[in-house]
Formats: sequence, structure tokens, C-alpha cells
Amino acid sequence: MAKKEYAFYPGCSSQLKASASNYLVSVNAMCRKLDIKMTEIPDWNCCGASIGYGEGGELPRHALNARNFALSEQHLPGRDIVATCAACWLGARETKERLDASSELMKETNEALAAAGLHYKGEVEIRHMVEVLIEDIGYDGLKAPAVKSLEGLKFAGYVGCQTNRPFGIAGESFENPMYLDKLVETLGGEAVPYDQKVTCCGGALAFSEPEKSQKQIRDIVESAYDHGAEMIVTPCPLCQANVEVYQSEINKKQGTKLNMPVLYYSQLMTVAYGGNMKDSGLDGQVIRAAKLEKLAGK
Amino acid sequence: MSAQVPERYRNDFLREVEERVEEGRWVKMCMQCGVCAGSCPFGPHWEHSPQKIFMMIRAGKRAEVLGSDSMWMCTSCYNCIVRCPRKLPITHIMHGLANYAHRLGLAPKGQPTREFARLFWDNCIKQGRANELKLTLGLYFKDGLAAGIKTALAMKGIGLGMFKAKRINPMELFGGHRIKDVKGLHAIIAKAREIEDRRKGYTS
Repeated sequence: MAKKEYAFYPGCSSQLKASASNYLVSVNAMCRKLDIKMTEIPDWNCCGASIGYGEGGELPRHALNARNFALSEQHLPGRDIVATCAACWLGARETKERLDASSELMKETNEALAAAGLHYKGEVEIRHMVEVLIEDIGYDGLKAPAVKSLEGLKFAGYVGCQTNRPFGIAGESFENPMYLDKLVETLGGEAVPYDQKVTCCGGALAFSEPEKSQKQIRDIVESAYDHGAEMIVTPCPLCQANVEVYQSEINKKQGTKLNMPVLYYSQLMTVAYGGNMKDSGLDGQVIRAAKLEKLAGK
Repeated sequence: MSAQVPERYRNDFLREVEERVEEGRWVKMCMQCGVCAGSCPFGPHWEHSPQKIFMMIRAGKRAEVLGSDSMWMCTSCYNCIVRCPRKLPITHIMHGLANYAHRLGLAPKGQPTREFARLFWDNCIKQGRANELKLTLGLYFKDGLAAGIKTALAMKGIGLGMFKAKRINPMELFGGHRIKDVKGLHAIIAKAREIEDRRKGYTS
């Protein structure tokens, strides 16, 4: 397979000792096995996340994303920008579409970028890592490096919101996307059908409206249990963190006994590709995934 | 701009929304089917559904709309967008209304998501990247020291779990991740804000 090269937009939560640092560890290991070369956009900044609209409005938010586009065009010309975080992908792609659609907004954005000597030509493509895996590598290619099977392990594929709506993965339905299940099955695991696959975890409102969000999280985890899953797997860092870390809080307040590991697709892939616990970031779980750790080995 | 109705929009709140609110030009396309209301994960919690908000805009209920807490209940799940039979960008309209109400000073005071949105934006702009620890503590302590300590203690189990998993770093309090060209970023954001303020008629 020829080496594929991309401009990498890892996002704030993936940084060292941040809430999704283990996501980045596993993505790096996965990409090495798939011969994907990810080069970080030099000096990339925050996308503003899904809550950025409140204070940031329109133009400041678009300027924030366009700064990354300009840097990518300048330093990594011709390469697609690939985000691993759902919110980074959504925010960046939304900005790209708005700028593509309005020459006036493009002009104003460039007027703002000029304050730092930057210019966006309008040439970047914004993609999520999942799109790269499915569209550029394909399921057969994803299976090729596998040396271990996830046979006997049962996963609830939790797609959530922002890799699914409003843009989604080409060819998938909004109500029942199948790519994550297919990915699990490609690695030999079992993807259980369950009814909370695209339910919202509360997103950023897990912070500001904890009770309301924890109701969402409880529904998601309980549905996974009810349908026989042993672990949840997701493509979104905020889904991962919310659904994993608040289980103890829900248990404390509501007397439940939730203790379901929540993993990234890239961790499953790294384990299947022969990565150990550290390569796959399994040591970064708050709820440890004992069965996957056993398969990974030390 | 003061909280008063700008002269050119007197008696025409719909026109004000169309001209000044992000994606506001779509509001009049709503056919009042209610699919958005039934699709919202926080549906049971808001005062008015998007569908009601859109009808209230057409009815000129400016203070009620801009003072509603409904827009601040948006989790950005985008269910309403993909399900709307008229393809209205409902999520973006709700975000736009929230921002407009916030910038005019008409949004509900102390509304937790409004406060969090402000904290998040200031946090990520300051150094160009979000500082998760300062953000979390900022939210806990927004209502003062005593309330902050109480919340922080209640949440210490989660913090400890994240710390053990190396997904939180106490040292973030004393600096943390930052981009190199912070000055350039601040200049970009200041310019963008200046242009937007001029276009939308905000004075601050």
C-alpha cells in the first residue's frame, strides 16, 4: 500500500495529559500499521468547540478555524486536513462550507487573518479520521494488518452525534449508521444491536447541565448492558469522556452499578494489529477494559 | 447597542432576526410541524421548543424570545437539522439566537450554559488551546469560593480517576498548552469581532 499523507488536526483534548490523550496514542499506533503519515498542522489552534457560538458568534469562530486552514495550506499544501475529534471536524467543516458558500464571509475572514499576516485561499478539504479509514483504506485494507481477532468480545458501537450529524459519513443513515458496527466486525468482534446508538451524551452541557446529561448517559450505558455488550466503542472524544467518567457519579447518586468500559475505535484496531496495552492507550481508561487488556498483553 | 429595539426594526422582529441572527433568514420557512420539538434530547427541559420560538419570532415577541432559556439547552446534537422536513438549519438558528441574545445582554442571567460558553471561549482564545483543568475549575467556582469548593469536593472522585489515567494534569493550572503565535491569534479574533460588531450593530 502506498503511503498516504495528511495534515493532522489533533485538537485540544488529544494533547499530552488531556482528556483524550489516550485517543491520540492509539491513533498514532494505528496509523503506523496502516502506513498513514499524519503531519500536525504547525501551531494549530482550538476550533471553538460546539459551545463556541455563545461568545464567539460567527466571524470570530470562522476566523479561528480559518487560521488552521491557512497554516495547513501554507505548510502542508495539497493535503487533506484530518481531524480525530468529532467537534473539531464538525467546526472546521462547517466553517469551510460557510466560506465556500459566501464570498463576503470569505473576504471578511481573510481581512481578520491578515491581522496576523495569514491568508486562506479556500483550497483545503476537511475530513474525519473515520472517513480516511473507510473511504481511503477500506474495510479490506483495515483488516490486512490484523494479527489478533476480537472474536468473542461484544461491543456496543456508540456513534453519538457529531460524526453522524449534520454531515455524517457518506452513504450512512443518520438514524442507524452502520460503519462502526462494520469496523468491529472487520476486526472479528461482535457488534450488538442496541437502541441508543445515536443518542446525545449531553455534549458540552455535561458540564453546565450535569443532571440532564447524566440521564442521557445512563440511558446509553444501560441500553448497552441490556443488549449484551461488554464494552462501548466510539469515534468521539467527548462521547468517550462523558459516557465513561460520569458512570461513577450516576452510581453514587442513583444507586446503579454501571461499570462499562468506553473505548475508541482506534484502540480496538491497535489491539487487533498486535499493539500492547500502552500502544493502544488502554492504560488511559478510567474504567479499565480488562478483556481487551488481556488480549493486548503487557 | 442597548437592549432597546433598534429603530429600523420597530414592530418587525422577524426582519431583525433575518438580518442579524446567524441563519435567521430561514425562520419564516418553518411550517410548525414540531419534528424538532420531538427530536431534541433536552426537550423536556426547555421553556419553548424551536418550533414555538420560530412562531414567537413571527409574532414579534422579541423580549420573550431573546430572554428564553431554550436556545441554551442546545447540546449541538443536530437531530433537529437532519430531521426537519423543510431542511431548516435549526441548530444554527438556535445558536445564532443564543449569541444574539447574549451580545445584547438579554439572555437569562446566570444561565449555566451561557456562563459555560463564555468561560470556554475566553479559555480557548487566551492561549489558543483549551485548558481543560482551568475550564472545569472556572465552572465550579463561578458562584464563589464556598460553592466551588463544595462542587470540587463532590467531583473529586472523577478528577482522581482522570489523574490516575493521566488524562488530567494539575500543572495545567500554572500555564498549560499554548500556541506559539498567541499574539497573532488575538489580533485575528479582535479584527473578526470588530467586523462582526459593525455588521450586526453591536457597540461593545
